[in-house]
This record gives sequence, C-alpha cells and structure tokens, in this order.
Amino acid sequence: MLREWALRREREQATPVGAFATPQRHSDPSVRDPMIQFESVTLAYGRGESAVQALDKTSIKIGEGDFVALVGPSGCGKSTILKLIGGLISATTGYVFVAGREVGAQDVRIGMAFQNPTLLPWLTVRQNVMLPLKIVQPFRADWARKRKTDYRDRAEALLRQVGLSGFGDKHPWQLSGGMQQRASLCRALIHDPTLLLLDEPFGALDQFTREELWAVLQELWLTRKPTVILVTHDLRESAFLANRIVVMSARPGRVIKDETVPFERPRTIAMTYDAGFVALNQRLRSLIVEVRTGSEVTLGAAA
Amino acid sequence: MMAILRQKAASIALILGFFVFWELACLLLGVSDIILPRPSQVFYTLFTRWSAIMPHAGQTLYTTLVGFAIGVAIGIFLGALIGSSKIAYDTAYPLLVGFSSTPKIAVVPIFVLWFGAGTVPAILTSIAISIFPVVVNVATGLATTEPELEDVLRTLKAKKLDILWNVGLPRAMPYFFASLKVAVTLAFVGTVLAETVASNRGIGNMMMIASSTFNVPLVFAGLFVLATLGICLYVGFSLAERHFTGWANRKSEIVTV
Repeated sequence: MLREWALRREREQATPVGAFATPQRHSDPSVRDPMIQFESVTLAYGRGESAVQALDKTSIKIGEGDFVALVGPSGCGKSTILKLIGGLISATTGYVFVAGREVGAQDVRIGMAFQNPTLLPWLTVRQNVMLPLKIVQPFRADWARKRKTDYRDRAEALLRQVGLSGFGDKHPWQLSGGMQQRASLCRALIHDPTLLLLDEPFGALDQFTREELWAVLQELWLTRKPTVILVTHDLRESAFLANRIVVMSARPGRVIKDETVPFERPRTIAMTYDAGFVALNQRLRSLIVEVRTGSEVTLGAAA
Repeated sequence: MMAILRQKAASIALILGFFVFWELACLLLGVSDIILPRPSQVFYTLFTRWSAIMPHAGQTLYTTLVGFAIGVAIGIFLGALIGSSKIAYDTAYPLLVGFSSTPKIAVVPIFVLWFGAGTVPAILTSIAISIFPVVVNVATGLATTEPELEDVLRTLKAKKLDILWNVGLPRAMPYFFASLKVAVTLAFVGTVLAETVASNRGIGNMMMIASSTFNVPLVFAGLFVLATLGICLYVGFSLAERHFTGWANRKSEIVTV
C-alpha cells in the first residue's frame, strides 16, 4: 500500500502533467493528444482467492476526438474500462489518465450511458434528462434561472431527436425498457460532454430504432467531435460508428487487436452491406470466436 | 372505482357498527357508566364540556407537534449522518437498536426530575420518542440506495452533498414517511404520558383528574379527543406521503410507442 503510494508520488514528480500530452502516432489525422491513457492497468474485483480479475495489464491510448468501440466476449472487462475512466472504480494496479491527469483530477465533462437505464424513479423523464445541467458547471450556475426555459427546451429537443417527444412528463417506470434507454442516452448528452462513455446504449432497442440512433450519434460526433468510447456486442454497430475497434480477450481482459475502420464519413446504413464492411465484420467475428474460452461451445465450432 | 367506493362504505359501516354494538351492549347488559360509559354519553360529555376540553386538547396538540417537529429534524440529521457511509451505519446500528428498543416512556420520570413538572418534560418525551423511528428509517433508506443511481451523479463529479440531496434523500423519502406515521402516533403516547405523570395541563392531566373524581365519561371523552387528533395527523401524513412518494407505489401503467 505504502509502496504503491510512494511509487505514484515518484511518478508524479518525475513526469509533469503535460508530459502525457505528446502527439500520437496514429493513422487517423483527426486524432490529437491522448484523452485517455491506460498504463498497464490491472483490475480485480474482490480479494484473496475469490478475486475475479477483470483486466490484466491493459494499456490503451485514445486520442481526443476519437471514436473507439470496445468489443469482445462477455465478461472481458469492457464495462470495467468505462467505469475506470468514469472514476467509478479505481485500478488495482497501473494508472488511468484522463486528459493527461490522473482520473478524477481532470477537468473534462463526462457523459455516461449505463447498461441499465438507471433513471431516477422519482423524477419525470425530462427532469432525469436535465439532471446533469443541475450538477455540472457551467450549466449549474444558471440552473435556477434557466431550468424552466432554456434547459427545458434543450431537454425537449434531445428527447425529440430520439423519438420521445411528448413523454417528458411521464415517469421512467411508465416507459418501456427501450424508451428508458433512449432517455438515458439523452441524459448522457445534454451537458455537451467532451468525453462520452456508452455502455451498450442500444442493447435493448429493436434494429430500426437502433440504426436511427446510430445516425443520430454519428451526426453528433461529426458536429461536436467529442471523444466517444462505445462498448458494444454488435460488430456491425462498432464498424458503422467507430474510427477504431479495440478487440479484447476473454477474462482477464487484454487488448488483442486494435483495428482502424477505414470507411468514409458520413456512413450510411447501406454501406454496412458493402463487401469491405462485411469482410471487416467477419474478420472481427472470427477473432472473437477464437478468443472465447474453450469451455463454451461456439456456434461456429458446433456447426 | 366501484370497488373502492364499496370498500370505503364497508369501512364506515364497520366503524358505525362498532359504536352501535358498544351502545347496545352497555344498554342490554346494564353496564354502569362508572365502568364503561356508552358512546352517546361520551359524545354528550364532549359536546357539553367542549369549552373545558378545548384548551387541554390544544395544549396536547401543541406539545406533541413541537416535540415531534424537533424530533423529526434531529432524526433526519442523525439519519443522514449515519446512512451516508457504510462504516457509520454498521457502527451505529447496534446503539440505535438499543435506544429504539428502550421504552422511552421510562424516561419520563427522569425528565421530570431534571426539568420539573410542566410542558418541558412532555415535549422532551415527545422528542425522544419520535427521533428513533426517523433515524432508523432515514439511515436505512440511504444505506440501501442502489449504487447505480449514485454512479449517475458520480460520473458527473458531483459532490457528496449533491448526491445526498439528489439521490439519497429522495430515495429515502418512502422510508421517511413510513417512519413519520409511526413517530407521530408514538409522539402522542409520550406527551399524554408525561402529562399524566407531571403536568397541570393537557388531555393526559384532564383524564387523570377526571378519573380521580370518577367522571368516567370525561375520561372517555379525553380518549376520543386523543384518537381524533391521532387519526387526523396520521391521515395528514398519509396524504403527504402519497403526494411526495407516489413514484414508490407505481402503477404498472406502461406506455409504448
């Protein structure tokens, strides 16, 4: 414990804050300084023999304004990565830096959409969506003055974009699961975050709604250029949305492949049926099938 | 809608039936009004002695509400303190259980010893009795808050106080209101007992004097007044509860597009 602390101190003194803001060698020219940097991060849930190792010496760099999809078999620590960046859990060993500073110390607006909608049941849908504006600066300062006018309209506009106009006054439990998830996506976006963490945000949606929201998210990324990290099980989704697809191994998770997605923007749904797109999907799919643990019978092997 | 009306009608019929049964039983069995007065006698006494009863009722209500309000305020504060961290909760819980299982009535003589007879021991008893249900419930409500809901605010780098205010306390509201309904009825018990033991005002004192002169209908009139006050406050808090924590009693009314 003490040794760890001493090590950390040493590192802090040895490397000034700006030292991590070195330009990246990355194929995409839009990628600038690293927004996220994982340095050999290990994470174990629990202690002793019952400990489950979710991440094993993972190192990742994600540039500012990049759009990265994390894919991999279930339980490979994808959600764990998001929680580490969001500051909800801390690494067992290794370091997580956000915008060049240790996680938690950064001055970055984070928007996070969780696997479950996690809407507060005592608030209406609109109040739920507006919640970040009540907490995060600079919006917080104007909360009392604008919550009935500007902020309300802002929330309405977002709800309309995801097809929830007219549901603002309902309570979350009056909405279906998919609708709740869309509301939760609005909540992640309303405070114009520069870092967007999405944990399977479209998981509970039907395919058509999902594809609609892909377009919404792509549009948003193209106009505002936030850094987006998307955890998904849907390879088509990852290839449609992301600049980079990071494939993780089964637990304990490690990065096994870092694939750049070459397709031009703005991408269309029709493009997802092109030969190049399908080939990428298939390559990723066989990779993931390969890294899944042998105990589970894969579809490909069974056939 | 019809079902609700029918249910309400049945409840009212049961209450009326109870009084009618009491009245008839006393008449038929020839029970003396020194033992058990008939409801009609009690209501008659209430009506004729109203001006004498009123100040006592006012005093009891005042004492109870002051004690209750202070008790609840302290209860919320302590509950928030204890419920806000797992360690505090686990540490303080045994002590809380100890306090809340001690019969608070037993402290009345101590309060009388310290503060003399009068309004103060009654208020203090009412405080002591209403604190613990509130503390235990608020602390439990906070301690059982789903971490996922707190995570929503933690990713926004909200301060502890923000999380308490926006997630913890609203989440604890159903627990809090449940405890209010318990606490307000208990507060009456405390006040009346303190008045009975050491006071020269209040319904408790009035009943004490009435029973010593064998004015049994007046004793029962006091009981009826207490019951009415208790019911009114209970209903008041139930309505407030429904208004503030309706989300916790959600109807399964699902909207889909």
